[in-house]
Amino acid sequence: MVICNSCRYCEGFCAVFPAMEMRRSFSSGDLSYLANLCHDCRGCYYACQYAPPHEFALNLPQTLARLRADTYAEYVWPRPLAAVFQRNGTFVSLLTSLAIALVLILAASLRPSALFTPRPAEPGAFYAVIPEVAMVGVASMTFGFAMLALAMGFRNFWRDTGGGPVVQTRSLLQAFSDVLTLRNLGGGEHGCNNRDEAFSQARRYAHQSMFYGFMLCFASTCTAAFYEHVLGLVAPYRLFSLPVLLGMVGGLGMLLGTAGLMWVKVQADPAPAAKAMLSNDYALLAQLFLAAATGLLLLISRDTRMMGVLLALHLGVILSFFLALPYSKFVHGIYRSAALLRNAAERPTK
Amino acid sequence: MTNLNELYDVLVIGGGNAALCAAITARQAGASVLVLEHAPREFRGGNSRHTRNLRAMHLQPTATLTESYSEADYWTDLLDVTGGKTDEHLARITIRDTTDVVRWMETQGAHFQPSLSGTLNLSRTNAFFLGGGKALMNAYYLTAERLGIKVAYNAEVKSLRLVDGAVQDAIAVSEGAPVTVRARSIVVASGGFQANVEWLREYWGDAADNFIIRGTPFAKGLLLRNLLDQGVAPIGDPKQCHAVAIDARAPKFDGGIVTRLDCIPFSIVVDHEARRFYDEGEDIWPKRYAIWGRLVAMRPKQIAYAIMDSKSEELFMPSMYPAIRANSIRELAHKLGLDENALEKTVREFNAAVQPGTFNSGSLDDCRTAGINPPKTHWARVIDTPPFIGYPLRPGITFTYLGVKVDENARVLMSNGQPCANLFAAGEIMAGNILGEGYMAGIGMAIGSVFGRIAGRETGKFARN
Ligand SMILES: Cc1cc2nc3c(=O)[nH]c(=O)nc-3n(C[C@H](O)[C@H](O)[C@H](O)COP(=O)(O)OP(=O)(O)OC[C@H]3O[C@@H](n4cnc5c(N)ncnc54)[C@H](O)[C@@H]3O)c2cc1C
Ligand code: SF4
Ligand code: SF4
Repeated sequence: MVICNSCRYCEGFCAVFPAMEMRRSFSSGDLSYLANLCHDCRGCYYACQYAPPHEFALNLPQTLARLRADTYAEYVWPRPLAAVFQRNGTFVSLLTSLAIALVLILAASLRPSALFTPRPAEPGAFYAVIPEVAMVGVASMTFGFAMLALAMGFRNFWRDTGGGPVVQTRSLLQAFSDVLTLRNLGGGEHGCNNRDEAFSQARRYAHQSMFYGFMLCFASTCTAAFYEHVLGLVAPYRLFSLPVLLGMVGGLGMLLGTAGLMWVKVQADPAPAAKAMLSNDYALLAQLFLAAATGLLLLISRDTRMMGVLLALHLGVILSFFLALPYSKFVHGIYRSAALLRNAAERPTK
Repeated sequence: MTNLNELYDVLVIGGGNAALCAAITARQAGASVLVLEHAPREFRGGNSRHTRNLRAMHLQPTATLTESYSEADYWTDLLDVTGGKTDEHLARITIRDTTDVVRWMETQGAHFQPSLSGTLNLSRTNAFFLGGGKALMNAYYLTAERLGIKVAYNAEVKSLRLVDGAVQDAIAVSEGAPVTVRARSIVVASGGFQANVEWLREYWGDAADNFIIRGTPFAKGLLLRNLLDQGVAPIGDPKQCHAVAIDARAPKFDGGIVTRLDCIPFSIVVDHEARRFYDEGEDIWPKRYAIWGRLVAMRPKQIAYAIMDSKSEELFMPSMYPAIRANSIRELAHKLGLDENALEKTVREFNAAVQPGTFNSGSLDDCRTAGINPPKTHWARVIDTPPFIGYPLRPGITFTYLGVKVDENARVLMSNGQPCANLFAAGEIMAGNILGEGYMAGIGMAIGSVFGRIAGRETGKFARN
């Protein structure tokens, strides 16, 4: 990083370099900040005249990715769970299968008859398989805990990278729009270097598809909750109702996005990647892919006898997703947003 | 593997900016093109991979350049740095054509940084490559591949055979095996000879062993010598090279930009006997940057040390190597391997000579010394605030000036003034036609791009229809 700071050829690629140039030496908090400001486009690897086999063997994306992996473990709450980031793939897949099994067993033992009974998709059909209290109770508990843990992670990160409770609204808005539009993934106008020196937008589009897909699914869940608790309409809903439409489009987006991202990753040049990070990456992508796939399957076959099992499957995946949330690659969204916020705050006003 | 036994319309020798500009232009004119690059793929692109910008004339602000930079301004600047050692006709061709070069590069896949304030504040005159020269070279090679240009790496051309002002063929060693390559026309874009320490020794003697080569180790000037030996007209002073003072801890080759040190105006510079030898504050740094390589090269042992105190530390861009720090001048001298008493004496005498003044790092201020020789005429401040800081300096050679003479069509000229029928040159190897002396940022890439494209245009005419 000292090398980059006296070179600065890459300063046009992304926010990392201008942020780096504001510093002469780097504390560990600075490094966490810079690492999470990097969106791993790898432009600076292929453009670097000091990349291996040059004797300086500079590989900034890899260095930053390793640091990023460290930040995930370092700021995790509660702290003892840092270890899960070391074998994240194993952890997440174990958790997922456990959660699925749990929901299945739960469903089977609570309403043994309901699991395989075909029934029309009429209001209340889902609760016939899994009682409402169980579903809502478990969901709010895991979700609540996940939010708490993520918030604590954010706090740890914010403190360590320089703290400061006051953030101007302008920075907040800027960061908000940076996050929502995923502006930086555009990398100017040319995209990322996934495989080699050629630039491509594939990664950006896939990420956007996944991100917005996820948001739509989340919106679908929220509208469903609103329908149920405010309007008094109980799921499942008609095909052309808002929650189903949102979930369908979102689910498709997530499927395409996660598949696309995995494809990009499989093809990617391993040189600028950090091995430690790959297992995190694949774990989260697989989880999201499964969540979307089971959700869509459930939608397609909700009038059949498979509905009960699929519902349990889907909920199992979702459960594991929220359980793992603070301990999966998902946290990158939190730290990246925090880094963008810090960046917006420290950028000089034009 | 690239087939080297075919007869190509155009053979381009070299793999830097000038070479690729020529290859792409010739290919787009319909010629079959072979590029022979001595370096392996990972180190392709010569000195061009270390560059950062290109000086371009423009009449209005563009996406990459601010304000305007007219032909007249460009020409005045060039006259100024070369002290008139330039061919006005070729220089003006270069200047005018740079108005089109940035756009052309973009069509070949290159990206530029949006014009920004930057650390160097050159955004009026210079367009900056996004990611630097290596990114530019990557873009060129991708385009070359797409266009069907054949590229062979690890392929060194040893000599060309000139008969009656026409080049017959090229003798090369490709992946270790000798091969004769035939082409209807040849573009030599093999850079300077700065990486040829033997050759530098002819002018500098043993001192050359202590020079650091800032760029590619592959610019050995083999073909330059080969052509001059066959009666091609030389241009440029063979003894001259562009040399700056860089961090002495830099590797022998390819250290590039990160070894540069801009601290001299805010320091005193001493030789291995801890004596000062030149006015460190003579003029603003961009104007004096390039004299210090030579100054250090002429000191015994070709080493010098910049000494300053903590007041000056934040005033310049750091090199990649850490500053050497100490709490006293004696300790600093010890760490640098200098005689403690001698350095203390030099600093004491310098401090005593410093006159009161108002320090301003951004302009020629009135902080100067009185009564010592050499004086320091600007930015002279007492060195008294620990920690004291030192950087070791060595001469870093950027490129050499000696080249081959060309005409406006990039055609190589023989000593009798006759142009070669089918031999062209572009880039560093002919830059001396335009830049006979001195340097200004971004002119190297400007000359290479313009004459590379001219050579491509001319050799494109050799295409079999
Ligand atoms: C650190 C540094 C920074 C610089 N920054 C700038 C800048 O910002 N802007 C600017 O305008 N200029 C800059 N310059 C100068 C600039 O690099 C040169 O002017 C320019 O790159 C010359 O281009 P070229 O294509 O002629 O030579 P090069 O890029 O040096 O290419 C020569 C090529 O020829 C090959 N070669 C040599 N001999 C043989 C042979 N016998 N057979 C086969 N291949 C051979 C080499 O491998 C190499 O690929 C910089 C130079 C250095 C060292
Ligand atoms: S990654 Fe390489 S080229 Fe880019 S700023 Fe760092 S040292 Fe320079
Ligand atoms: S990989 Fe991309 S985002 Fe990360 S530092 Fe390099 S250029 Fe910036």
